[in-house]
Amino acid sequence: MSLDPATVRRIARLARIGIDESDLPALQGELNGILGWVEQLNEVDVEGVTPMVGTGHAALRTRDDVVTDGNCRDAVLSNAPDAVGPFYTVPKVVE
Amino acid sequence: MSLTELTIADAAAGLRARKFSATELVRAHTDAIAALNPRLNAYITTTPDAALAAATHADAALAKGEAKPLTGIPLGIKDLFCTNGVRTTAASNILKNFVPPYESTVTANLLRDGAVFVGKTNLDEFAMGSANITSAFGPVENPWKRKGDDAALVPGGSSGGSAAAVAAGLAMGATGTDTGGSIRQPAAYCGIVGLKPTYGRCSRFGTIAYASSLDQAGPMARSVRDCAIMLQSMAGFDVRDSTSVNRDVPDYSAAVGRSLKGLKVGIPAEYRAEGLSAEIEAAWQQGIEWLKAAGCEIVDVSLPHTKYGLATYYIVAPAECSSNLARYDGLRFGERVEGPTLDAMYEATRRAGFGPEVRRRIMMGTYVLSAGYYDAYYLKAQKVRSLIRRDFTESFQKVDVLLTPTAPTPAFAQGEKTDDPVQMYLNDIFTVPASMAGMPAMSVPVGLGATGLPLGLQLIGRPFDEETLLAAGSALESAAGFTHRPAIRAEGAK
Amino acid sequence: MSYTLEGRTGTWEIVVGLEVHAQVISHSKLFSGASASYGGEPNTHVSLVDAGFPGMLPVLNHECVAQAIRTGLGLRARINLESRFDRKNYFYADLPTGYQISQFTHPIVGEGTVEIELGDGTVRHIGITRLHMEQDAGKSMHDQDPTRSFIDLNRAGVALMEIVSEPDIRSPEEAGAYLRKLRQILRYLGTCDGNMEEGSMRADVNVSVRKAGEPFRTRCEIKNVNSIRYVMHAIEVEATRQIAVWEDGGEVDQETRLFDPSRNETRSLRSKEDAHDYRYFPDPDLLPLVVEQAWVDELERALPELPDDKRDRFVKQYGIPRYDASVLVAEQAIADYYEEVAKGRDARLAANWVTGDLFGALNRTGRSIQDSPISAQALGGMLDLMADKTINGKIAKEVFEDMLETGDSAADIVDRKGLKQVTDTGAIDAAVADVLARNADKVAEYRGGKDRLFGFFVGQVMKAMAGKANPAIVNEALKKVL
Ligand SMILES: [Mg+2]
Ligand SMILES: [Zn+2]
Repeated sequence: MSLDPATVRRIARLARIGIDESDLPALQGELNGILGWVEQLNEVDVEGVTPMVGTGHAALRTRDDVVTDGNCRDAVLSNAPDAVGPFYTVPKVVE
Repeated sequence: MSLTELTIADAAAGLRARKFSATELVRAHTDAIAALNPRLNAYITTTPDAALAAATHADAALAKGEAKPLTGIPLGIKDLFCTNGVRTTAASNILKNFVPPYESTVTANLLRDGAVFVGKTNLDEFAMGSANITSAFGPVENPWKRKGDDAALVPGGSSGGSAAAVAAGLAMGATGTDTGGSIRQPAAYCGIVGLKPTYGRCSRFGTIAYASSLDQAGPMARSVRDCAIMLQSMAGFDVRDSTSVNRDVPDYSAAVGRSLKGLKVGIPAEYRAEGLSAEIEAAWQQGIEWLKAAGCEIVDVSLPHTKYGLATYYIVAPAECSSNLARYDGLRFGERVEGPTLDAMYEATRRAGFGPEVRRRIMMGTYVLSAGYYDAYYLKAQKVRSLIRRDFTESFQKVDVLLTPTAPTPAFAQGEKTDDPVQMYLNDIFTVPASMAGMPAMSVPVGLGATGLPLGLQLIGRPFDEETLLAAGSALESAAGFTHRPAIRAEGAK
Repeated sequence: MSYTLEGRTGTWEIVVGLEVHAQVISHSKLFSGASASYGGEPNTHVSLVDAGFPGMLPVLNHECVAQAIRTGLGLRARINLESRFDRKNYFYADLPTGYQISQFTHPIVGEGTVEIELGDGTVRHIGITRLHMEQDAGKSMHDQDPTRSFIDLNRAGVALMEIVSEPDIRSPEEAGAYLRKLRQILRYLGTCDGNMEEGSMRADVNVSVRKAGEPFRTRCEIKNVNSIRYVMHAIEVEATRQIAVWEDGGEVDQETRLFDPSRNETRSLRSKEDAHDYRYFPDPDLLPLVVEQAWVDELERALPELPDDKRDRFVKQYGIPRYDASVLVAEQAIADYYEEVAKGRDARLAANWVTGDLFGALNRTGRSIQDSPISAQALGGMLDLMADKTINGKIAKEVFEDMLETGDSAADIVDRKGLKQVTDTGAIDAAVADVLARNADKVAEYRGGKDRLFGFFVGQVMKAMAGKANPAIVNEALKKVL
C-alpha cells in the first residue's frame, strides 16, 4: 500500500497536525518508506493467532465507588494557556 | 576516589560511615553539572538549590540514624516523569512550560526512600528516538570519544540524557523509560548498566505515555548492584495504574553475586543478524565464555519471530502514540498557537509543538488505525506480537535467561544515520523483541570495541524474574571488570 | 393499526432504532475518583485524570460495572463475562484526552428485549442490540464570550450506559412507549435516574423510511434528543423530510442531524467531507474486563422486582384490572405505596382510591407520590374506618379532602367532625318513621308499585341523618317498614 498526497493530507487532518503543501512530498516519501518496510509482516502466517491484548500478566482491576479525587480546580487550571475564571477556553465553536 | 565516581552502594555506605556528608556528595554533582552540562546537554532542567536543600535534610536524617536506602543519593530523572512543581517537558516544545501539580509514582517512591533529584534529564522528544537527536532542547552528547576522533557521538536514546549523565558522573544513577530499548540501548552506548523491568513491575502513573502497552520505567546506573538498589525503590504495585501488577518486590540486591551454577543460558540464533558488527559479535562470544566459566550451561535456542519485532513495533508504538498524544491540543496545558477556529488552533498548536519525528509517528499511527487499514496493520501487528511472545515463552521452558548483544553497533556520531528513519530504527533491532513480549531485560557493559567505545550485552529473563538478570549481569560485570571511564567526565572537568 | 405516512407516491412505513445514553448512578466517575454528582461549581468535579493530564491513567469503577450488569439483567439481556474497553479517537473541545473510552467490539451486555404496550393494548417486543459502558464528555458554553467557548469538565468521565435498540420501532408512539419503558426499568433498577432535563438520559434517533416489503433504506441519526416528546416529534419530522427527498427523486444521505424543536425541523450537523474516522483500538491502559458468573448471579438475586413482573403479580394477587396494575407499577414508589395501602385490606378498593382520588389530588397539587400529603398508612387508616363501618363511602370522600388539607388522621377527623356513622337502629328507625310520615303520598305510590321510589326514601333518611347513617341499616329498616 502506498500513500498518495490526498491520503497524507487526510491523515494530517485526522491527527490535527497542520501541514504545508511543501511538506507533502517529503512526508509522503518517509511514510511510504516506513510502510514499505513494515510490509515484511505479510510473510508471517498469523492464521488462528489471537492478537495480544495487554501483556498477559494481570487481569483488569476495579476500584471502589468512592469520591477520592477532584475539588482541585487550581491544579486543573494551573497550566491552562487561556483560562477565564473557572473555565478553559477555545476559539468559539459554532454548531 | 572522587565523589562523582562512587557507586550508589559505596556512597550509601560512605554516608552512613560519615566519610562525607550528603551535602558534599550532592554538591559534587551539582558542580559537575554546572561544569559539564553546557557541553553534554544531558539535563533539560537542573534543580541545584532544591537538591542542596534536600541534601541538608538527608544529612539531618543521617545524623539521627534515620537513613533510608537512598538517603542523600543524587539522581537524575528522565524528563518524562512528572515531578511536582518541577517543569516536565518530555523534551517537547509543546510542554516546554509545563509544571505538573503531581508526582509520578516512580519518582515518589525514590523520594520516599531518600533520593535527591539533581535535575531532569534530556531525551528524545516524547521518548521517540534512538539517538537523542529529536529533543526540542537540543541533542545530548555522549561523553565517550572514539580513539583519536573528537566527533560528538550520540548517547543512544531515548533515555540518552540519563545515560550520559550517569556515565559522566553528573548523577549516581538515573531513571529511564524503555518502550523499545530506550534504557538498554543508551546504557550500552554510554558504558553503563540499564534495566528494563517486566511490563507492570513499575507503575506508569505520572510518567508521560509514549506507547502504553510497552512503556516501562527502569534504573540506569554504573553497576548492576546500583540498578538493583534503584529498582528496589522504583518497583511495586500501584492501584492508580491498571496494568501495574500486584506482586511482592523481592530483595533485588540479594540476587547480585548469586551463584550461577546450573543456570541455563539461551543463545538465540536469530540475533546473529545482518549488520551485527564483528566487535560486538566477539564481545557476545566472550560473554558466553564468561557465563560458562561461572557455571552456566549454554543452550542454543531459536526465536523465529525476532526479525519481525521492529516492524511490529513500528506499527504498535505509533498507533498508541497517535492516541496518547491527542491530549496535547493547547487547551488545558502546554503551549497553544491561537487560530480562528478550534480546528485551526489544534492544527497550528500541534504543528508548532511537535518535532518532525513525533509528527511522523503520529501520522503513521493515525494511518494504521484508520478505517480499512486497522486489520492489515494494527491487528496483524498485535498477532505477530503474540507470536514473538510465544517464542520467548517456549524458550524459557528450556533456559532461564537469554544472552544477546544490546545493539548492533557501538555509538555513532551525531549526523550519521539520520537521513532515513528506517535506518535509525534498526538500532533497536535487538531490544525491541523483549519489549514487545513484556519481558525484563538488562544491558551490561562488557568491554571496549576497536574504536574505544563501550559495548553492551543484553540479558533477557522470564516475566518478573529480574533477579536472574541481576545475578547473571553481576557475573558478566565482574568477569569483564569494566572500569573504563568516558573522556568527558566530572572528575576530568575539575 | 400500524402507523404509516402517506406520500405522493404511496404509503410509507418508518423504521426507527434508538441509541439511549443513560447516565449511571454512581458516586464517582467511570475511571476516576472525582464526584459524578450533578451540578457543582465549574471544573470542581474534575480530577487530573478527567482533564487528561500527562501520565494520568484510568482505573475502572466497580459499581459502574455492577450497574451495567444489573441493567443488562433488567433488559433480559446476555451478560458478556469478558468485555473490553476501546478508545474512540476524535478531537473536540470537551473531550480532554482526544479519545472517549467506550466498548466498541466487546460490550458488557449483548442482546436483550423490552416489552412495550401501546394505547390500544397492543404489546410489542423491541430488541436490544447491546449495552456498553463509556465516558461522558464535558460541556462547552458558547454564550459567555464573543470569541471564545468556555469549557467545563464536570461531566467529563461520568459513566454512561449506551443502550442500542434494534431497528424494531415503527411509529413515534412506539418510540415514546419504548423510552418510557426503558426509563421505568432503569429507575426500578436504580441504575439511572432517567432525568432527561438534567441530561441523564438522552437519545440518538436513527430514522429511515421504506415502502411496504422493502429492505431498509438509508438512515439518518438525529443526535442527542433530550425529551420523549421531542423524540416523537423528531421522528415524524425527519420521516416526512426523507419521504419528500425520495419522492422528489433524490437520495437520503447517511448523516448526523440535529432536531430543532423551535422550528420543528431537523438539520444536517456535520458535512460529509469531515467524515469521522474514529480509529477504534483496545485501550492499552486497560486490560480486558472479566467478570465471574457467580457475581452476575449474585447481582441477579438482588435485583428488585421489575415493572412487568410486578404488574402481573398485582393482577393475580390483588385481583385488579391489568390497566390499573400498569398504572400502579409506573413508578416503584407508587407501587410500594399501593401495596402498603392494600396490605390486609380490600385491594380493589385500595386501587380505586390510589388511582382515583389520590392521583387526582396529587395532580391538582402538583405533587409526587413521595411527598403526598396523605401517607400510605393514613390512607389505609381511612379504609379501615370504612371497613369497620365507622364511616361510609360518602363520608370517606369528605374525610379524604380534610386529610389532604390538614394532614390529620381519618380517625381524628371523624372525631373532630362527629362523622361517625350511625348504626343505632333506634335512631334510624325514628328517622325512617319520620320520613315516611312526611311523605305519605310517595309511600302510597311506592306501595302501588313504583319501586324506584325506594332510592328517594334512602336519600331522605340519609339527609335527615346528615349522611352519617349506615346505608345498609337504612335499607334494612326501610324494607321492613315498607
Ligand atoms: Mg450514537
Ligand atoms: Zn455513545
